[in-house]
Amino acid sequence: MLDQILHVVLSTTFFESSLRLATPLILAVMGGILSERSGVLNLGMEGMMLMGAFFGFAGSYFTGSPWLGLLCAVIGAMILGFIHAFSCISLGLNQVVVAVAVNILGLGLTSSLLRTLFGASTSQLKSAGFKPWEIPFLSNIPVIGTIFFKQTVLVYIGLLLIPLTWWVFYKTTWGLKIRAVGEYPRAADTMGVNVTKVRYLCVLYSSIMGGLGGASLSIAGLNTFVDNITAGRGFIAFSAIIFGKFNPLGAAAGAFIFGIADSLQLNIQALGIKIPYQIPLMFPYILTLIVLFAVGAGSSPKNWGVPYNPDGE
Amino acid sequence: MGNAKVIAKGNFKIKPDMQKIFKAMLPVIGILVGALAGSLVILAKGVNPVHAYAALMEGAVGSMDNFASSLIKTIPLGLTGLAVVISYRAGIFNIGAEGQLQIAAIAVTLIGTQIRGLGPVLHILLCLLAAALAGGVCALLPGIAKAYKGFNEIVITMLFNYIAILFVGFMVQGPMKMKNQYYPQSAPLFPSAKLPYIIPHTRLHAGIILLIIISIVTYLVLFKTAFGFKIRAVGFNQRAALYGGIDSRRVMVVAMVISGAVAGVAGGVEIMGVHGRLIENFSPGYGYDAIAVALLADLHPIWLLLSAFFFGALRNGASSMQISTGVPVSFVYIIQALAVLFVVGSTGVPRFIKKVRRARKNA
Amino acid sequence: MTAVLKMEGITKRFSRVTANDDVTIELQKGEIHALLGENGAGKSTLMNCLYGMYQPDEGSIYVNGEKVNIRNSEDAIKHGIGMVHQHFMLISQLTVTENIILGLKSRREPLLDLKNAEKEIQKLSDQYRFDVDPRALIKDLPVGIQQRVEIMKVLYRKADILILDEATAVLTPQEVEELFKVVRQLAKEGKSIFMIVHKLEEVMEVCDTVTVLRDGKLVGNVKVSETSTRELAKMMVGREVILDCDKKPCEPKEVALTVKDLVVTNKHGKNVVNGVSFDIRKGEILGIAGVDGNGQIELSEAITGLSGYKSGKILVNGEEVPHHNTRNFIEKNVSHIPQDRQHTGLVMEFNIKENLVLQKFCDEPFCRFGILNQRMIQTHAEELIHRFNIKTAGTDVETNTLSGGNQQKVILAREISRNPEILVAVQPTRGLDIGATEFVRKQILEQRDKGAAVLLVSTELDEILSLSDRIAIIHKGKFMGVVVNGEVTIEEIGLMMAGIKKAS
Repeated sequence: MLDQILHVVLSTTFFESSLRLATPLILAVMGGILSERSGVLNLGMEGMMLMGAFFGFAGSYFTGSPWLGLLCAVIGAMILGFIHAFSCISLGLNQVVVAVAVNILGLGLTSSLLRTLFGASTSQLKSAGFKPWEIPFLSNIPVIGTIFFKQTVLVYIGLLLIPLTWWVFYKTTWGLKIRAVGEYPRAADTMGVNVTKVRYLCVLYSSIMGGLGGASLSIAGLNTFVDNITAGRGFIAFSAIIFGKFNPLGAAAGAFIFGIADSLQLNIQALGIKIPYQIPLMFPYILTLIVLFAVGAGSSPKNWGVPYNPDGE
Repeated sequence: MGNAKVIAKGNFKIKPDMQKIFKAMLPVIGILVGALAGSLVILAKGVNPVHAYAALMEGAVGSMDNFASSLIKTIPLGLTGLAVVISYRAGIFNIGAEGQLQIAAIAVTLIGTQIRGLGPVLHILLCLLAAALAGGVCALLPGIAKAYKGFNEIVITMLFNYIAILFVGFMVQGPMKMKNQYYPQSAPLFPSAKLPYIIPHTRLHAGIILLIIISIVTYLVLFKTAFGFKIRAVGFNQRAALYGGIDSRRVMVVAMVISGAVAGVAGGVEIMGVHGRLIENFSPGYGYDAIAVALLADLHPIWLLLSAFFFGALRNGASSMQISTGVPVSFVYIIQALAVLFVVGSTGVPRFIKKVRRARKNA
Repeated sequence: MTAVLKMEGITKRFSRVTANDDVTIELQKGEIHALLGENGAGKSTLMNCLYGMYQPDEGSIYVNGEKVNIRNSEDAIKHGIGMVHQHFMLISQLTVTENIILGLKSRREPLLDLKNAEKEIQKLSDQYRFDVDPRALIKDLPVGIQQRVEIMKVLYRKADILILDEATAVLTPQEVEELFKVVRQLAKEGKSIFMIVHKLEEVMEVCDTVTVLRDGKLVGNVKVSETSTRELAKMMVGREVILDCDKKPCEPKEVALTVKDLVVTNKHGKNVVNGVSFDIRKGEILGIAGVDGNGQIELSEAITGLSGYKSGKILVNGEEVPHHNTRNFIEKNVSHIPQDRQHTGLVMEFNIKENLVLQKFCDEPFCRFGILNQRMIQTHAEELIHRFNIKTAGTDVETNTLSGGNQQKVILAREISRNPEILVAVQPTRGLDIGATEFVRKQILEQRDKGAAVLLVSTELDEILSLSDRIAIIHKGKFMGVVVNGEVTIEEIGLMMAGIKKAS
């Protein structure tokens, strides 16, 4: 059995599917990390991804265009993003409580709308989806070509975002502002930085990315939607950010690790190895837990999760 | 009722002269707001909201049977809600109630199906003990990780929930599966391990008495004992508690374990009183509803009973509503989420209005 | 000649308090203008209104005769106003350059232009002989240098109007001289400066004009050359002030607290207390003098069990106390008035009677078999409120409704009513008005006269000098000397605070 698994793992299709499965996380992480670095806990990512998945699916189903579906995904996710931003930033509420409410709202909205628009049985529904877009010339490179350049456009966006996000954080004035606001918002405020604006933009951006991440679950492969399709990926994205010590490169690594675990789990099932299906399904979560414990509590931004009150201490 | 502060731990003050009546009415208003917004979903289905809500009320409390059904749903909601209250009062967020009750359900089923020859009192007590133990053990690791190492307990418990649900599925379809059944389930519990019904002609089981007892005990401990003093001190200000000679970290862990134990009891009670055996998905997410239940009750152990009943009735009524009008049950989540956001959010609104007024003046 | 700045009729209210009440003040070009007043007089509030951090409820601001609307710090900076804050607004994880250019548009927007910025900052540092490395991380810099970075932030933005908020609080006497040299140079270059001070000597030494605030109102505006410290003190407080306490001679008895070779590290592993040894006897006050940030807080936390320590011994009445356990110290009758009353000394969401039993709630008579005795707790609270004259609406109100002075009284009442053998008081009068300050100091002296061994930690040298029997001067975690009060001059103490001379 072991060499069966090894055979599977060391193939190009394995890495290609790992990258594909990691993409929802990569997108969510590249967005979430801005929110976290600016000091706003975004545990509501789960709900935002779910909204993205549903609205992406519904949009694509009704218009026949995955691109329009993507737009709907972003809009859907931003609804929750705005609620989260307003509650946490303008009202200064406890960011964990808000996230919990946002997630429940996302679940309620998507499940209800699913049944309302599509009836009770949705497993047969298929929408238009993104097809893999082979990049000319690059996709012909052996091994690397198959893994990296025969993917859907969402995967490419995810990959591009990794260096882009890193660059924004450390090489631009925006990144400096974000980092300052997360560490010491009052100091940033005294320097003329609009803390509220920076945080709003970061949270909304993270919701957009969450929407893309969710859409990459529903319209870039399976082209369908089921209840709670995200199955905790929002939380795994959050864990990846902690794992990466709030650095885009580290967080991306975390997302990749998850993708590998997910791919492993699928492949083991496909191989027909006699393990009950629940055990491989547990892999990604268990792996994330192990990784979290190994990395430690992490170096979070100093004012993480603390609402900024200009009038008070 | 200044404990609403615990809910919204932002750094702002609540005006001391805010009417207490308004504060008490907040949950009710919140629910109404949620219901109003929920009407939009109902309308989307092409149903008249008035009919839908009437069906909901009918299904919730319209008959003795329905009322009892609502009470039955109240039990696990109340217990998990208490679990959230206990942990949150100590400053630690137990989102793992769902996972804890699942594992406890396994433990209860094992005790209830493998041990024979015990009288009902002993058997039930043993099962409940197993449930509490299982839940408490599950909560131990995240508790220690948070208190002593500063880990984020939410992520750990969240991930564990998914693992636990999968594990129960594995057990029910595998090692604990009863043979020759179409639907995967465990062997039934011995009658001595089942909770008796307390109202004739209904399925309302003794778990409700347990809920009331635990609720009262929680209240007494929190507000009348030294241990409760410690919990509240740690929950409000860990450092000041430490200064006062309280072992803050140990208190957090103990509170978390107790919280897990109570959540475990919720799982056990569901198996012992409702299903009589272990099945998959016996919990429609009680552990998550618990958070809304606790917040709506302002983290007060006694008001929690009312809040739990509201959510139980809501769920119960919603299934009837789905049958008669086709509005999906999941819309109760929308009401829940909006009610919580409203209640919690209203504490931040006065400050926000002040900000807006000032910005307008200066523009 | 129009004033370079005029603030007219400024009124600012916070829920229950009017922090500024119709204040009008003018600043001339090249002037060094002191804002003097006690804690809570409204000086910081007024300057925060000028800098856009607060919005005044009434009043207007004129820059060079033109009315301006300052809604936030960005507007203030645009009008050439810069503020050097008392609690530095520096982000410790970032470098000097990053802190200085934060919020500014880069020449290669949106790319950061670090190289050019570093060059310019180096030039600025050389111009004022600041000796600041643009690449250094703030968290690695000593406090005196950090303040220079704060000042450079303002200069880099070419501010003409500078606000210095209690800039000398964190400096040794020698560093204060350096700062005054810089301030004079800036004034000569044509910059106009507001200095918020509460030390009268500073006003007399470096300022041209002084405006005195009391309880939010303007009580006086005079030229420094035409007034005296006595007159200013009277204006500040409203009555004749006796600046010295009435102290009985010291009659020390046996040793109560012994500390041997104490080493405390911070979370980065650095030694913040670096081998400190001392005794305190019953009936004496040992004052620890030193600039903030030299280890005195960490020392006080270690000897009350609030934090652990790396090595060394702590003995109370000859018995060693296991470390990092506040309960042990509480049981050995060690009382602690902590530096931070809101985050350490009190649970703000608890009501007053709960806070008054914060250490003793689990012992008799407040608790039996684990159950709280509400009646005892109630009477205990009533008694202490009366005895210490704590102004409150009742025993059941939340502690965050009390004023700062009354909050400190709650802590004081609690710690003193435990009849401590050892009292550790850290910054006990910080943020209190003169009445409360007098009260607290009297209580500390009373405890000492009753036979307690008192450790007093304060950054206010006057407080140390007026209360202590012996003085230990701490610098970078070591005692530069332990002297008897009165046998050493202030200059020598100042030198020791700067780590320059050791007492022979």
